[in-house]
Amino acid sequence: MSWNRVKDLFTTYLFVLPAVVLFSVFSLIPFFKVFQLSVFEWDGISPHMDFVGLGNFATAIFHDTSWWVSMRNAATITLLALTLQNFLALVLAMIVDREIEGKNFYRVVFYLPPVLSGIVVGLVWNWIFDGSHGLLNYALHGMGLGHWARAWLADPHTALYGIAVIHMWKGFGWGFVILLAGLQAIPRELNEAARVDGAGEWTIFSKITVPLMLPVFFLVSILTILGTMQIFDIIVSTTNGGPGYHTEVPITRILAAMVGSSRFGYACSLGILFGLILLAVSLVQMRLSKWSSRYT
Amino acid sequence: MRDQINNDVIPRGRWRGIHHFMDPRQGHSGMTAFISLLFLGLAFAVGCVKSNSGGQNEVVVWHWMTDREDALQRLADEYQKTHGTRVRLELYAPSDAYSSRVRAAAQTNTLPDIFGVLGESRDLASFIKSGHILNLQDAMNEDNNSWRKAFFAKALANNIFEAGNQYDVPPGLYGVPIDVTNIQMLYNKDLFKQAGLDPEKAPETWSEFIADWHKLQTAGIPGLVSGWGETWMIDCFASNYAFNIMGEKKVLDTFRGKVSYTDPDWIKVLGLFEQIRKEDLLVPGVVTMINKTAEQTFANGKAAFAFNGSWCVNVYRGMSPNLNYSAMLPPKLSNRYPMRIWGGAGSSFMVNARSKHQKEAVDFLRWLTGPDQQAALSKETMNLPANKSSVGQLPPLLAAFGSQMDMTTHPSQWPVSELPTIIEAFDKGIQSILIGEKTPAQVAEDVEKQKREQMGRAGSAHR
Repeated sequence: MSWNRVKDLFTTYLFVLPAVVLFSVFSLIPFFKVFQLSVFEWDGISPHMDFVGLGNFATAIFHDTSWWVSMRNAATITLLALTLQNFLALVLAMIVDREIEGKNFYRVVFYLPPVLSGIVVGLVWNWIFDGSHGLLNYALHGMGLGHWARAWLADPHTALYGIAVIHMWKGFGWGFVILLAGLQAIPRELNEAARVDGAGEWTIFSKITVPLMLPVFFLVSILTILGTMQIFDIIVSTTNGGPGYHTEVPITRILAAMVGSSRFGYACSLGILFGLILLAVSLVQMRLSKWSSRYT
Repeated sequence: MRDQINNDVIPRGRWRGIHHFMDPRQGHSGMTAFISLLFLGLAFAVGCVKSNSGGQNEVVVWHWMTDREDALQRLADEYQKTHGTRVRLELYAPSDAYSSRVRAAAQTNTLPDIFGVLGESRDLASFIKSGHILNLQDAMNEDNNSWRKAFFAKALANNIFEAGNQYDVPPGLYGVPIDVTNIQMLYNKDLFKQAGLDPEKAPETWSEFIADWHKLQTAGIPGLVSGWGETWMIDCFASNYAFNIMGEKKVLDTFRGKVSYTDPDWIKVLGLFEQIRKEDLLVPGVVTMINKTAEQTFANGKAAFAFNGSWCVNVYRGMSPNLNYSAMLPPKLSNRYPMRIWGGAGSSFMVNARSKHQKEAVDFLRWLTGPDQQAALSKETMNLPANKSSVGQLPPLLAAFGSQMDMTTHPSQWPVSELPTIIEAFDKGIQSILIGEKTPAQVAEDVEKQKREQMGRAGSAHR
């Protein structure tokens, strides 16, 4: 290899070096550090760490019931988001996909909630759901349904569903935008040809729209699952995980372990466990996606 | 084209940015210079990150107190004028972000000259054991304990570790309190009048309290508000009554594992919350309410009672300047033991044990906690001063809080502390009682079961 070639290579790598260094320092090293910490008991301050092997994982899996309650809560919100939120997003996307008056206005309006801060959204909905002077209770009293009024986010029967409503309100805009893009990618000629052949709206939807939209549905589903399972900011600004453990979710439990009780190693093990669960769900989704694309 | 620009427009021998080094005509020296410059830059950047200690005649203070930023800055400026040492204040808020920053700085030994440790005793202990915090015992004891004597004893207690403490911290005094705080109950005098109650007579016993509540309820006035969505406030309220019902020794013996949470006295403590639920005493939603919302509710006259800390005087002044209220001790449930309230040092500063400016840092803190500076700080921020001699200059409401400092206690002053997971289970259990999901006995059994499991696991780990 000539000296010039060596110099070229060296120069090339030299330019890549800053990016590699930054990526290593801020992504790779913390990633591996989490794995390292997960097998230690450490308070986040002391220079000494006690090696506990897989003890933290065993505690999380076999002893920490609140962790599994938080997983169940997150799964409930996710299930609601997967169904209700995405159904709403699809319906709205289909409406806006048609030639209707002011569709650009609707696109902007539907996309507004996702760009708002979760904390701000939580605080606004706190006021709506307030037990004493909330807008919802006010409306219920106005409709003669005052007996339904309650502190929605402090009631164990409604707190989690209240959180789910807030999350879905904030999140449906994402699904709406992606689904709308998917709908607009379907060639109009297909629908027109089907109509000429005498197909009704339902037939067009089920035989043309749904099959062609399947990859988009899977994409939206994966994003919904990953986004909803990691819900955090709305909970912090509304219920803080209460009442009791009724609105605890995995991230609040990880934070409680880390900040609340200074168990950094345990918090890292919860983080890894949570990451593995999400990875498994994503892999299943991707498998299903591949299978469905072959089928269609 | 670019080469043309480089070669033709920019004259040879003059700086042409990065192209200067990449120019093959520069040969080895160009490349070497570029690499050298890169590493020099990196070294400079690392050097910049290395220390947060001040320069000569400069002390760096990291704090989190947004409400005291202006007042502290004024005092820092005054200190520079009178003593010649510059005090550089750096604000990191909110407190969570501050805590993270301090922890990260501790890991890299880049703590400033003066900083605070937010958290519990075990956090402070860990900082001390890691060699980050200077023992101020000798400084406090100079001149016949003159500095030490200036403070409320309870204010210093949070920062003292006695010999044989559970954290194995060398005995000493590790922090300087700049203000004190305590948590009591408040009542709205106007709402008392509206319900036909004497606004100058606060209930002293639990039965008086419930009787007053019945009158308020009849007048359609909402009852008690507090930020019990922040579980530490529930813990504080429960702890007050635990001390009142069973006394300090039995409470601490419970933490040691010698007394069960299913003991009748603990059931009585938990039963208090069941009674609160049955009496419909709480404003709706309190169980998940953050304290800021609770403060707004009380400030707007939407609750007759509040459970809040002395910082509320400043908060209510901002929210509702004409609010007519007064402070009272939580009404006693038992006469066996005194009612103890949480309190002590509100904010404390620690001196970095590795700082090059330890003397300057200690001198500044000594000055900051002097009577005039404390009075000025207190007047501007409506916080209770840590210096006893400044209390005489306080407005009546704040003085009412200050007058109960002798009744205060705090987990950080106890020789033994409960496991964090048990505290959480206890507080969450109380939330469950308040929403009618569990009985006091069920919660007591749950907590005790967890305690046994935790102690069993800790025991087997030690073996």
